[in-house]
Amino acid sequence: MSASGRASRLTLRFLALGYLAALLAVPVAMVFYKTFEGGIGPAFDAVTTPSAQHAFWLTCLMVAIAVPLNTVFGIGLALALVRGRWRGKTLVSAIVDLPFAISPVVVGLALILVYGNAGWIGTWFAENGIRVIFSTPGMVLATIFVSLPFVVREVVPVLREIGVEQEDAARTLGASPAQTFRRITLPAIRWGVAYGVILTTARALGEFGAVAVVSGKIEGQTETLTLFVEQRFQAFDLAGAYAASVVLALLALAVIGTMTLLDRRKEA
Amino acid sequence: MSARAETAALAPPGSWRRRRRLVTPAIGGALATAYLSLVVLIPLAAVVAESTTDGAAAFWDAVTSPQAFAAMRFTVLVSIVVVAINIVTGTLIAWVLVRDDFPGKRFVNALIDLPFALPTIVAGLVLLALYGPKGPAPFDIGFTRAAVALALLFVTLPFVVRSVQPVLIELDREMEEAAMSLGARPRTVFRRIVLPNLVPAIAAGAGLAFARALGEFGSVVLISGNIPFKTEVASVFLFGQIESDNTAGAAAVSVVLLVLSFLLLLLVSWVSTRGADRVR
Amino acid sequence: MNPSTPLLAVIVLLTAVVLAACGDSSDSSSGGGKLSLVAYSTPKEAYEEIIPAFAKTTEGDGVEFSQSYGNSGDQARAVIAGLPTDGAALSLEPDITKLVEEKLVAADWNATPTKGIVTNSVVALAVRPGNPKNITGWADLVKPGVEVLTPNPFTSGGARWNVMAAYGAQIEQGSSEQEAEDYLQKLFRNVVVQDKSARESLQNFTGGKGDVLISYENEAITAQQKGEKLDYILPDETILIENPIAALTKAPAKAKAFIEFATSEPAQKIFASKGYRSVIGALADEKTYPVAPEQFEITKFGGWDAVTKKFFDPKDSVMQRIERGLGVSTG
Repeated sequence: MSASGRASRLTLRFLALGYLAALLAVPVAMVFYKTFEGGIGPAFDAVTTPSAQHAFWLTCLMVAIAVPLNTVFGIGLALALVRGRWRGKTLVSAIVDLPFAISPVVVGLALILVYGNAGWIGTWFAENGIRVIFSTPGMVLATIFVSLPFVVREVVPVLREIGVEQEDAARTLGASPAQTFRRITLPAIRWGVAYGVILTTARALGEFGAVAVVSGKIEGQTETLTLFVEQRFQAFDLAGAYAASVVLALLALAVIGTMTLLDRRKEA
Repeated sequence: MSARAETAALAPPGSWRRRRRLVTPAIGGALATAYLSLVVLIPLAAVVAESTTDGAAAFWDAVTSPQAFAAMRFTVLVSIVVVAINIVTGTLIAWVLVRDDFPGKRFVNALIDLPFALPTIVAGLVLLALYGPKGPAPFDIGFTRAAVALALLFVTLPFVVRSVQPVLIELDREMEEAAMSLGARPRTVFRRIVLPNLVPAIAAGAGLAFARALGEFGSVVLISGNIPFKTEVASVFLFGQIESDNTAGAAAVSVVLLVLSFLLLLLVSWVSTRGADRVR
Repeated sequence: MNPSTPLLAVIVLLTAVVLAACGDSSDSSSGGGKLSLVAYSTPKEAYEEIIPAFAKTTEGDGVEFSQSYGNSGDQARAVIAGLPTDGAALSLEPDITKLVEEKLVAADWNATPTKGIVTNSVVALAVRPGNPKNITGWADLVKPGVEVLTPNPFTSGGARWNVMAAYGAQIEQGSSEQEAEDYLQKLFRNVVVQDKSARESLQNFTGGKGDVLISYENEAITAQQKGEKLDYILPDETILIENPIAALTKAPAKAKAFIEFATSEPAQKIFASKGYRSVIGALADEKTYPVAPEQFEITKFGGWDAVTKKFFDPKDSVMQRIERGLGVSTG
């Protein structure tokens, strides 16, 4: 590579890493620092109390439900948007991103309006003794809502990029749509799906506002890790709040790590 | 490529196959739309309904009150600025992560999604601790408009990066290599060949980032100071209205923001489709 | 990634959801031996000691508690939307009144010896250790260059105590209503951060912003107990903060027993150790909790109903006009 090519590559690298350092790496390092400032012991204690453990498992449950659901429907919708021919595609595409544009404050309000005691659907639930809101199902709904767009948004550009040539070739050779999808399309979009899953997971892990409103914040029952962080903050236990955040960060890193590992093993 | 091998290995016949080809995406679309309706549209409809409970006059008053207008204007403007920055930095970071190689690259790549996983209150706390009054940084932007932008840049970081990355990975490099071998400079190659292919992905990421920036609450509420007419964002204003039992008013402002986002997302959607078609 | 795996995962997890839902809906809040409490955030530590103390009494023996702590207004709204609970301990009376309006709490909830109140406090001014800016009272807060922190009274119901304390202090000193409103306008020009709640306000104050924080005495004391570096002064004129507690109409009798316990001596002593002023006069400790020379109550302004309408109505009120006035001067 020429000297100027190398110089520009280094400049780009420097700029990107510098930006990431100031905006991301240093703040994240700060979170870790503040967690372990008082020692590993107190930090460990803070996240192993019964409430903390319950919050951890509840968060995992939220993620375990929301992510697969949003992934399956995300891929389905992405296929329908890019490969299908039907009216209203642009409209649906815009609607998919809307959950994001709503402030979590309003998401909580909307969910209560629909699923609360006096809500559209909630009234029926209340009459039949099923608790949706202030219980796990309501929290799952909130989590699904806020992490909906990612898989769609990640897969659509990739689907467009890879084009239909190979899929058409496969079909002319007689493959069924299911076979084409499994053997041609899915491997080609796997990076889009992977990043979509990673983003959805991270978002589901970190969601606070909407879940806070629909959870009822019942200690040891409907507290996720993010709600636990808030609760620690309110109790002047900043170290505990940071410690729980570190757990969330590690969970997110674990997901990314697993995805990378899975992919490397497939290629090998 | 393995896909071609797969194609060759697949078995023949069937005349009903052509009918199934068109049916499957249609069913997928129908199912997905049903899922969407249940999860997204019904709650949205509830918000719209709530905004009209006090009548059209109340809706108009809520939306045109000076404080509401100031909050919305500030939020939209700062979101646009943040998205503009993200378009540049996001593409840059995605490029470096895909095309460059350096020790620790995988680690850096893993960090990108952390702004999502970290609770927003922690994001606000550390940004304030670093760039606020008692922070180690040589400047103090705590409780200013710049602080709002900073918090928003943090929480929207992953969007453009992660949108562009998968497309960059799948990008066919033949055209680039051909152009370079014909003597084109890297900058020209990027501008004329790579970038047009990235536009749909960048647009998708930018749309998501804008939507998130508009609605962001947790990270901004601590670091911005929430001074009405100066640093109060729409979501904090909405929170105040709900807390003061003006849910209809809050819903009204929310509807306006939603319509705004929706229009922008429609635009982005249209640009992506058009851009993709033009390239092919 | 095998495509059938996500599908399998979905099925397994949907089953889990259904099971979880069934599990939660059978979690009744008022079965024998179970009580649930919904409260605002600050007294959490106090209740964490009071609840075990209640369990040691004959009425409280064997009672299991579920607790929820959060922003007072949010908690009230949650209860109205269906959050099952037996007792509500909120930050100010209007939040209980909302429950009364929804027929969740009896209209005579405050016909108790303590008028439905479980803890008291007063508005105090928190300053840096040693009081470097020499803040002695309300007049210092409107001096040019003084940076004041107080939560937004529209997002924080509790912050309304601060506003009424400031306003009332002026009236106590002989100002007219208009002059008192002008004072509030000047005060809010000096407010550099309007956090969404008292806890964030305190966080930003200890984080280095501002010269004085308008806070509650019990918050300042709790902060000090937790090692935060601040002092507080009691202005001569301040308002008595009264935090209510009520049992829901559908609650079992034990809920009332718990409330009685919370207003009895052992529980009140626990509250006092956490920075609250007891509602039992005999327990008043003049040294730790001096009574301000000009202490007034919300009744001075007609009670919360009148005050909310006149000062804090989001569409038109004193504070709405003041917030708008901020925009005119700086926008």
